[in-house]
Amino acid sequence: MNVISLSVVDLSMAAISIISLAIISVILKLELANQIIIAAIRTVVQLFLIGLILKTLFSQTEFIWVGLLSAFMLMIAGREVMARQHRRFRGLWGYGLGTLSMFISSFTLTVYALIVIIGTDPWYTPQYAIPLLGMMLGNTMTGVALAMDKLTTTAWQQRAVIEARLILGQDWRTAIGDITRDSVRVGMIPMINAMAAAGLVSLPGMMTGQILSGTDPVEAVKYQILIMFMITAGTGFSAMFATWVGAKHLFDDRQRLRLERLNAKT
Amino acid sequence: MTTLCLNEFQVQHLKPLNFKVKDKITCLSGDSGSGKSLLLRAIADLIEHNGDALLDDKKCSDIPPVQWRKWVGFLPAESHWWKENVKDHFPENNKQVHHFLKMLSLREESLDWDISRCSTGEKQRLALIRLLLNEPKVLLLDEPTASLDQKNVEQVETVIKQYAKDNQVPVIWVSHDPQQIKRVAESMLEIKNNEIVEVSL
Repeated sequence: MNVISLSVVDLSMAAISIISLAIISVILKLELANQIIIAAIRTVVQLFLIGLILKTLFSQTEFIWVGLLSAFMLMIAGREVMARQHRRFRGLWGYGLGTLSMFISSFTLTVYALIVIIGTDPWYTPQYAIPLLGMMLGNTMTGVALAMDKLTTTAWQQRAVIEARLILGQDWRTAIGDITRDSVRVGMIPMINAMAAAGLVSLPGMMTGQILSGTDPVEAVKYQILIMFMITAGTGFSAMFATWVGAKHLFDDRQRLRLERLNAKT
Repeated sequence: MTTLCLNEFQVQHLKPLNFKVKDKITCLSGDSGSGKSLLLRAIADLIEHNGDALLDDKKCSDIPPVQWRKWVGFLPAESHWWKENVKDHFPENNKQVHHFLKMLSLREESLDWDISRCSTGEKQRLALIRLLLNEPKVLLLDEPTASLDQKNVEQVETVIKQYAKDNQVPVIWVSHDPQQIKRVAESMLEIKNNEIVEVSL
């Protein structure tokens, strides 16, 4: 491994670029400077914290610690999904649905990749399990958030159309069918774009990282393909699950549209 | 012949209603906001309600919602469409379409039109056709002639009266127009102070 270690000075030089960006945005009165600085500080603190945690974690192989960190990551991802909804479901559903769909698809696929494909021993070896799960969650999070947001906002806007279809004797699945299809599609667009553009427009982040740290590019590519397939499948399945269960929850047992199960717009 | 029966039927602020109607056109009037549309929506089982609605002694709650809504044909005040073309909203190869189009002075070509091209009045009549092709056993009409000119108003009235007579179905017809009520009503309901009362014509 021929990694050039970065010193504090190196990182400070990188910080100059962010600071100049902030200064220019102050000059241009973009009112972004605060956000840029706070986000940059968060990046530094959060990443160093996770770096320390990972370092500790990688030095042992207790399942309980891997499990706890995974659960923590899932909780944060669930909160992010909820925060990005304009009209979220009321009560436990608001947090629960996104979190459950990510849990089902991300965890299943990560475990599948670890056991069947990579074959780590033990399967929860933290050096593989945590980054893999992190990438799965990070991307399914976006997909689920987009799909659920599309579902709830469109259902709200088109409630009269949905009811018009119910009135004519369509079942709830058909009456909201166009909207659910559209929601899943919207949730999957980022990943389909990423797959289509991979290598041509951008070098995916994980692959770039591996190459920078000295891995043979072809090895890095193999991992990247694995990751992209897993992420796309995970995003697709969780978007489908969240959309379908969410759509069903918009109707009651008499197939009446129940939009009061959504919160007011935030 | 169908009998529509409401037993202690109650929705939101309205007082419970007991009402039984056979093949008769009943006009429903009341100030705007009094709950006329609300009552129709509840009978179509689109919103929660207490008490029972029955069709020929079959309880609404015992019938699958999809079946109930096909039987109870509800025409909302405003029509809504989800496909681009008019004809995509109609069942395929239904001969009756042509009959209704003619009765309502709509051209055959209008079936191929883009919905966005249709006027409010055209959409209102097309929505009536769309509903009647479902062959409902009851008609709930929320101001079906609101945005039509006099000639079309009479044609819509004729079509509805004809359908009701041929199929012996009960009709609840929300109307504000005293002349229209005179022309079509065989009985009369009025909502006053949250109470739905039968009034004589």
